[in-house]
Amino acid sequence: MRIAAGLLLLGVIAAGALAAPWLAAALGHDPFAPDLLNRYAPPSATHPLGTDELGRDVALRLLWGARVSLAVGLLSALIAAAVGTLAGLVAAWRGGLWDGLLMRLADALLALPALPLLIILSALDPAAIGLPRGQAMADVLRIALILAAFGWMGVARLARAAALTVLAMEFVRAARALGVGEGRLLLRHVLPALASPVAVATALAVAGAILAESALSFLGLGIAPPAPSWGNMLAHAQEALFEAPLLALWPGLMILATVAGCTLLADGIRRRGA
Amino acid sequence: MSIAGRLLQILLTTALLSFVFFMLIGLMPGDPIDLAIAGDPRLSAEDAARLRALYGLDRPLVERYLAWAGGVLEGRFGYSRLFAQPVADLLWPALRSTLLLVGLALLIAAGAGVAFGVAAALKQGLAGPIGLIALLAQAVPGFWLGILLIMIFAVTLGWLPAGGMAEEGEAAWRFLVLPVATLAFAQLAAYTRHAAAAMADALRAPWIRTARARGASEARIAWQHAFPNAAVPVITLIGLDAGALVSGAVITEALFARPGMGKLIYDAVMGNDSNLALLALLVVAVVTMLGSLAADLAQRALDPRLR
Repeated sequence: MRIAAGLLLLGVIAAGALAAPWLAAALGHDPFAPDLLNRYAPPSATHPLGTDELGRDVALRLLWGARVSLAVGLLSALIAAAVGTLAGLVAAWRGGLWDGLLMRLADALLALPALPLLIILSALDPAAIGLPRGQAMADVLRIALILAAFGWMGVARLARAAALTVLAMEFVRAARALGVGEGRLLLRHVLPALASPVAVATALAVAGAILAESALSFLGLGIAPPAPSWGNMLAHAQEALFEAPLLALWPGLMILATVAGCTLLADGIRRRGA
Repeated sequence: MSIAGRLLQILLTTALLSFVFFMLIGLMPGDPIDLAIAGDPRLSAEDAARLRALYGLDRPLVERYLAWAGGVLEGRFGYSRLFAQPVADLLWPALRSTLLLVGLALLIAAGAGVAFGVAAALKQGLAGPIGLIALLAQAVPGFWLGILLIMIFAVTLGWLPAGGMAEEGEAAWRFLVLPVATLAFAQLAAYTRHAAAAMADALRAPWIRTARARGASEARIAWQHAFPNAAVPVITLIGLDAGALVSGAVITEALFARPGMGKLIYDAVMGNDSNLALLALLVVAVVTMLGSLAADLAQRALDPRLR
């Protein structure tokens, strides 16, 4: 039930994000083109949710923001899942020094306050760490990488715990006794058992990344305007609380729905696994 | 690990972090001289080179780090470029303000969270609704809730200020209500879910059945037998969540324009004030780690199995 509810929420948002260009064509305006004579317009037939501080259509910008937020969330969660699974698997399999080093690193990163560190990482010159500067795609990649650097620990911990359980099982000893190589053992016998915990952690990582991205963009450090993201839309809406209070409502509701969808999905998978 | 060991670990982590932060800040675009040139176009390239040499900005980053670290070890924390004050003088009031915000929010979040969680575990009918509400509440972005609170209580009703700090003669608590509520709500859901799970677990333990068989009242079972066991995981969460709490404080301060550590770090990073940014980041990291340690110690004091 929770899985279905989560998938439904995320599916609707993703469908809206994918359909954004067609909806823009159907409504007949460009979400990037300012229309200064039509600022803060109330909702109407042409602008279903009204217009923003530059007279751009809010509904279309929300959907474009969904493209950005989902891209950042999915990309960073996938990177975090890959790195975390690898780290957890290696820690459980090698044990000893590797286990100690990887898990202490994860502990240390978890113990630190993430946002101040994200602020300083986002303020770095992208060129100084080998990324192109300026374009929207580069922004997405940059933020996704930074968030993944702080998102892999949860996956690693769950993957390690599951891998330790599997590695202690009889069939692993049996497989080793039958002469199955370590690589094949890990890939064919241990990795599939990690699917459920890694899926839970990845869904939570998507939620975490979307929240963190919106916080960074809200502070002006994430996705740079004119590209819309829910966070930077909220930042602009906060400056216009008196003129157009509703503008601050929609991006927050989108974040809420997306994060709730991810959390419901994660909770559902966890319950089914337990 | 012993307390001394943990403190040593914190010390080593801090030293390592100071190096990492220094390098990262060194990678930020522009240095103070660039900003000086932007502010005064009459400065020539020769002046810039002379100033860079004067302040040692032309030397390699590692060398500059060693010079900075040496100064800090002797108690010289440097000046803030942005505020033109000694860095140490800026940190203390900011830290006090942030600790007040974080402390109050934690108190409310943990207190109310435990109350909701225990209620969910004790009353079967409440478990589902409270669990679901907590699940959804965790999805609310904290800063968005803050905006909504400003919209309702400051803009529409005009009961409370939208941000800032109390001036002379104003009641300080009125400026705390909305930020504390914003920060506490973000944590509340996590505490509720954790407390509910912990209490439900504790109520399933064999000694609860024993107590019931001996004829202990339900209230006694809940508070004397189950609750102390359920309290331990909640304290674990306080330790694990110290970082998230501080992160939340940063954005809450930015939203409500409260001069605390979060705003100080943000302003310092944005304004290229490396002395201030470095020390503020380190102080926040150390305070967070000490908070985790304190939660661990409290947990150990409460749970004899961990001793």
